[in-house]
Amino acid sequence: MTPFRQVSGPAIPWLKPNTDTDVIIPIQDLLRPGREGLGERCFARLRYREDGSENPDFVCNQPPWRGAPILLAGENFGCGSSREGAVWALMGMGVRAVIAPSFGDIFLANCFQNGLLPVRLPMAAIRRLAAHGGGNASVTVDLERQLVIAPDGEAIPFATDPRRREALLDGLDEIALIQRHAAAIEAFRAQSEAERPWQ
Amino acid sequence: MLHGLRAGFKLRHHRPMQTMFDRIWDRHVVAELGDGWDLLWLDRILLHDLSGGRALRDVAERGLRVPHPARVFATADHAVSSAPGRTEGSFPRGGALVRSLREECARQGITMFDLGTGGQGIVHVIAPEQAIVLPGVVLACGDSHTCTNGGVGALAFGIGASELAQALATQCLPQKRPGTFRIRFEGARGPGVTAKDMILHAIHRFGADAGTGMAMEYAGEAVRALSLEQRLTLCNLSIEIGAKIGMVAPDEVTFAYLHGRPYAPKGRDWDAALADWRTLPSDPEARFTRDEVVAMRDVEPQCTWGTSPEHGAAVSGHAPRPEDARDSAQAAAWKAALDYMGLEPGQRLAGTKVDWVFIGSCTNSRIEDLREAAAMLQGRKVAPHVTAWVVPGSEAVKARAEAEGLHATFRDAGFEWREPGCALCVAANGEAVPPGARCVSTSNRNFVGRQGTGARTHLASPATAAASALAGAIADPRA
Repeated sequence: MTPFRQVSGPAIPWLKPNTDTDVIIPIQDLLRPGREGLGERCFARLRYREDGSENPDFVCNQPPWRGAPILLAGENFGCGSSREGAVWALMGMGVRAVIAPSFGDIFLANCFQNGLLPVRLPMAAIRRLAAHGGGNASVTVDLERQLVIAPDGEAIPFATDPRRREALLDGLDEIALIQRHAAAIEAFRAQSEAERPWQ
Repeated sequence: MLHGLRAGFKLRHHRPMQTMFDRIWDRHVVAELGDGWDLLWLDRILLHDLSGGRALRDVAERGLRVPHPARVFATADHAVSSAPGRTEGSFPRGGALVRSLREECARQGITMFDLGTGGQGIVHVIAPEQAIVLPGVVLACGDSHTCTNGGVGALAFGIGASELAQALATQCLPQKRPGTFRIRFEGARGPGVTAKDMILHAIHRFGADAGTGMAMEYAGEAVRALSLEQRLTLCNLSIEIGAKIGMVAPDEVTFAYLHGRPYAPKGRDWDAALADWRTLPSDPEARFTRDEVVAMRDVEPQCTWGTSPEHGAAVSGHAPRPEDARDSAQAAAWKAALDYMGLEPGQRLAGTKVDWVFIGSCTNSRIEDLREAAAMLQGRKVAPHVTAWVVPGSEAVKARAEAEGLHATFRDAGFEWREPGCALCVAANGEAVPPGARCVSTSNRNFVGRQGTGARTHLASPATAAASALAGAIADPRA
């Protein structure tokens, strides 16, 4: 996992509610192995026209936000399918932090597995960040201090689950962490199989 | 070891005032990790072609083996052709995924319900059908509709690729305990109302993110009256209300469904299991984080109009007008959805011309779904301009339907009778609804592009889908 501490840069304003993972990455792009090239396909149905050329009206294709590291989003971002390719595609496009009022549960878990930071802020705060608009207005997301710094210097605090935060800061490996409990797992298995052999 | 003993203590003692969800969760805590996190034991892991082979390779590449292959089951569903007479080569890109899954399963000693064996099917159709999922088990799968399996009273949830590899490597997952959200459906179902209509109504009423961070429990008179298959349909759309988990308490309906199925406990184990399963339901005084009631007199047959499952309406109703939205963000979302769907604000849904009808998916492809649709079609014809597909959920469902003659009813009406898989629900198998075409679908997602680039999806029950195929337009199944 890629550790996360702090990121600064333009913040893409994409405030629609209920952006699902099918929109973030079409399933057809996940039939081949590997994560390479998924960044090119992020938001493909919005980002490209039928002939394959870029859609200049889509915000991620516009100059200040092309390759921007922060995405501002509406409620329930990442709802729907469990495809982790949605996270790989966003990171492949350059996004390191998504700020939204709420996230799909499975997408949220997938973000933390990969070092993409999901930040929950109230919609009003997200609208304020978006209002700073284009140009070179830079937003900072600081996980150590749990602050989002707006272009005008406003510092907006956010909360991150302590276990998730520690894992992101250190880039922890989850399998190694689970394996530390190997003795407890084996004891649990033996007891569970004795008490409920059908289970 | 200490953690194991503590968890064992919980295994034996029934704590009063508990929800079913919390009772099953507590029984599976291997270790407490702090900050509300637990290391959960997984009784079952399910794999499918889209991510299963890759996840098993990830485990092998770390130099690990799957420690409990008998607890893992696999099938091919997402990327297999549904064309009559299909083979894995019918959709070559999918064939590569199926072969990879088959090879990795063989290497690890994992049972795979392979194409043509009689057991293949959509993973959430075959798990209850084979009794791989049982009341009280914890089950994980790399698919968001894993919540379907909660219909038997299991704690089942979807995970991504990283968590899937962790689960396969350790048979455990660190999880944060969610809150609990109960919806009680009170009263009796009206004419033409199915479980699909109940859950679409609830998603519309409470919103597509109402269940975020929650485990759903569906209860009440109308849920008790549902068959087991209808309970699976109800739980299937839990993820569409935002919840990873949806459950219905097991009861005599559940036990009768499971008894005698291939992986159900047998003999004395069955008796012991039954006694245990009767202790699972939520205690009458159990407190839920959120508790809501839906009056069944308010639930009519449903048909979504937009691009989120929360864009619901009665099939006898209308698409909304953006000026009636609660705020400008919702108005903008509604306007974009109406544009994509090719609907006018306030347009009456019934009578809207339909090009495609799809009966299938992990939501509505079981034998009762096919019977419900076939009953509507008996002796009638699909409108000539409609392409109508029925994709049974599994090879066993298909065989059963053919034994009952349902395939003949579908074919005589003008439906294509196809091979089991996810097919047009996810369009990952080379099959798609064409751009701009309007499809009444028994699946679970009406997202932009879900059934194919530019495809327009209306979610509905099998009865409503069948009625719409006959009319060539969205139609009320009661009409």
